[in-house]
Formats: sequence, C-alpha cells, structure tokens
Amino acid sequence: MSEESQQNIRCLVAKVGLDGHDRGAHVITRAFRDAGFEVIYSGLHKAPEEIVQAAVQEDVDVLGISILSGAHNTLVPKIMEGLEEYDAFEDTLVIVGGIIPDEDREGLEEAGVDAIFGPGTPMEETIEFIEDNAPQRD
Amino acid sequence: MAPDQPELVEDLLDGKHRALARAITKIENRSPGYREVVSALYPHTGGADVIGITGSPGSGKSTLVDKLAKQYRDQGLTVGVIAVDPSSPFTGGAVLGDRIRMASTATDMDVFFRSMSARGSLGGLSTATADAVKALDAFGKDKVIIETVGAGQNEVDIVKTADTVAVLVPPSSGDDVQMLKAGILEIGDVFVVNKADLEGANRTVTELRNMLDLRDGEEGDWDPEIAETVAESGEGVPDLLETFDDHTTWLDESGRREEKRHTRYAEELRNLLREDASELLEAELEARGGIDELVARIDAGETTPYELADDVVEPVRDALADD
Ligand SMILES: Nc1nc2c(ncn2[C@@H]2O[C@H](COP(=O)(O)OP(=O)(O)O)[C@@H](O)[C@H]2O)c(=O)[nH]1
Ligand SMILES: [Mg+2]
Repeated sequence: MSEESQQNIRCLVAKVGLDGHDRGAHVITRAFRDAGFEVIYSGLHKAPEEIVQAAVQEDVDVLGISILSGAHNTLVPKIMEGLEEYDAFEDTLVIVGGIIPDEDREGLEEAGVDAIFGPGTPMEETIEFIEDNAPQRD
Repeated sequence: MAPDQPELVEDLLDGKHRALARAITKIENRSPGYREVVSALYPHTGGADVIGITGSPGSGKSTLVDKLAKQYRDQGLTVGVIAVDPSSPFTGGAVLGDRIRMASTATDMDVFFRSMSARGSLGGLSTATADAVKALDAFGKDKVIIETVGAGQNEVDIVKTADTVAVLVPPSSGDDVQMLKAGILEIGDVFVVNKADLEGANRTVTELRNMLDLRDGEEGDWDPEIAETVAESGEGVPDLLETFDDHTTWLDESGRREEKRHTRYAEELRNLLREDASELLEAELEARGGIDELVARIDAGETTPYELADDVVEPVRDALADD
C-alpha cells in the first residue's frame, strides 16, 4: 500500500501587497519546482483572505509569502488568523521571504511564522528548510 | 450513518473546508484509508451537476471557469472546481497556475478551487479526479467543474467522468478543429468557440458545424450545441449556462443520466478490481524474489514470460474457481 501512495511537498507561493514585481516569486516558484515540489502559484497582489482561501483549499504543506511592500506587520498576522479560523494553522509551514527589519521578526514569529528569509538567502537554504520541516501527512 | 465512518468524512459532511481539502489530498496521494473515505462519501453523492471543460492550452478554459463560477454564485449556487494538469510530470516538481485566473470569485469560500497534477496518474488520473469530484459532491456543491487540457486519451477519460462536457475551440485554429477528430468530437456535448472577439470565430463555428454534422449519432442522441463566448469579458456566458442547463434537463428526461451513471459504476468497479488484482500479483512477484529474478530465468532460457505468468496467476485462478 505504502509504495502505491504518492506524496509530494505542496507549496503555495503567494505574493501579498501592492508592489508590482513578481520576478522574485517566479524565481522561487521555479526553484521549488526544480526541487521536486508541487507549486501552486496564485498571482500578484493577493489579499490575505485570498491567500488563506488558496492555502486551505489546496491543502498545501508550505505557504511561502513573498512580501516587499513593508506592510508585513498587518498582512502576515491576518493570514495567520485566517489559517487558524480554518484549522490550517497547526500543520502549515509558513515562511516569509522579503525585506523584514530585524525589529519586526519577533512579532512575525510570535504570530506563527516558522521562518523568515531575507533577500540574498541562498535558495538551497530555503529549500533545505522546507524539506526538513514540512509537515508529514498521512 | 455508519458508526465507523472516518472522522474526516464526518467533518466534511459537516461543511468543514479543511476536511474537504484533506479528503482530496488523501485521494490524490492514495494515502492509506483513502478508499474507506471515498466509500463513506459515496451515499452522499449524486446531488451535483458535473461539468467538464477541455480544450487546448491557452484556449481560455480557466478564464471561462472563473466566469462560470461567478455566474453560478450569482444564482445562489455553490461551486467546486478541479483543475487538472495532465501535462505536468508524473514524478518530480510541477507548477500549477490555473488558480491565477480565479479573480471573480476570490475570497468567496463557496467556490472551492483545487489544483491537481498528473501525479495521481499511476492509479489513473481520471479515477483520482472522479473521486475528488465525489468529495465536492458529498460536501454539497451544486455545480462541480473539471478543467483539463484536451488532447490525449488521459484527458478524454478525465472529462468523461462529467455529466456535461464542453470543448473549447479558439477561432480559426484549423489545427484545433482537426485535433477534435481524435476522440474529443465524440464526447463534446457543447462546443464553445471562445475568444469570439478574435477574427475567424464565424469560420470556426461553420467548420465545427460541418464536422458535427458528419458525426454519426444515433436516434435520440443529444445534438451537440455550438456556443460562442468571450470569457475575458463574460460575453456569451449566460447563454452557455443555459445550454448546460438544457443538457442537464435532457440527461434527466432521456434517462441518459442513469445510463451514464451505470456505465461509470461499472468502470469504477472494473478499475478497482484491476488495481486490487495487480497489487496482489505484485506482492506475489515480490514473494518470488522480485521481477528481476524471474526475468533472469527468462534470460537464461529456462522459461518464458508466458509460463511464468501462468505460474504466478495459478493460485489466484484456483482460489477464484473454488468459490
Ligand atoms: N481575446 C481573448 N482572450 C481570452 C479570452 N479568454 C481568455 N483569453 C486569454 O487567453 C489566455 C489563456 O487563458 P486561460 O484561461 O489561462 O487558458 P487555459 O490554458 O485554456 O486555461 C489568457 O491570456 C486569457 O486572458 C477571450 O474570450 N478573448
Ligand atoms: Mg487553465
């Protein structure tokens, strides 16, 4: 039975906020795919509610939030609350990529973010973190 | 309700989105216990109209699905969508991007959209899709839409699990109309010339009409309709919806819905048996030292594939003959 069962790490790459670049998100999406992940890409300018909807419905193991706009202190906790509302908080690995000032990191981690990767983090580091920490599903 | 019904199923029937999502994951991964889940969902299915949307990449399927979902929501109906990408690799990574187009109903939790890769194809992608549809159906969705790229047999099998099949044909794409000959022409209930704002739409409608007239249907069959839409603006979508409704009515009145269901159950039963039998035989192969070991004996000229197959199957044959 177990050899029949087929699992893949499923990720949602979400781009929040109003800044217009999605080059970064595309690079991440492709790197994740090349690492063997199944990536759901949902497009630009997403509201927190949309990201929650996508993360819940797609039942992703990993939610990668790409954020550059500086509104992380309001947007990210909103997403975490949404995940909680739909019982998806506990077993979704949430990572944030973008420019997060040091003084904001603690707040985001308290909100439930599992890891924050600043600009210039080698992609392998992010991928390795996901491989080591993605929740095991039965 | 069965007392041993999996908790996941109870939560799903209770309307928990998370449970629905989890059930589909189980189905997709063929995780242990997925069969019990599908089996427990079974009695709760049959309430949804299932619409299959197929067509070449870029023909506007996802854009149309978005508009259809919106329209159904405006009618007060709930919607489930499965977007299958059979062209994604069987193993390894994939990018699933159909969700990008779901702009009209974003944040509306009564539209449940799920992306599916080809990963499920080992056990039959169409089986996994059909089971995922059952989960949405049991959850209580009024309409379930399956989007899949059209071309090969795999895709035909996927949309065949729908009650109503729409085939998208972009304008003046001679190739696409030719492509339809290969299997899809037979299964389309509605042919949608999408991108009707582009040049050549009229000609495509005519070409389609000509081809459909050549298709030999039987007395009492549904006469395939041709619709024109501009998915981007939503033009023609209300008419298309009406055509879907007409087809649904026809299915009920002609008795074809039951016929189709019967065929589907039969196919499902066969698939499950095939799956089970092949699993039993794989286990037997392992018990005999694995396929390589056996093949080595063929290589050495000691035996033939025919003899070996006979030999491996014999106990199964004997056991069944005893019944
Ligand atoms: N001109 C025109 N473009 C459309 C129409 N519908 C969709 N498109 C565009 O066609 C492209 C592919 O659409 P998509 O829905 O992703 O196609 P899919 O691959 O079949 O799902 C997108 O750029 C859409 O904006 C239409 O009715 N008219
Ligand atoms: Mg699409």
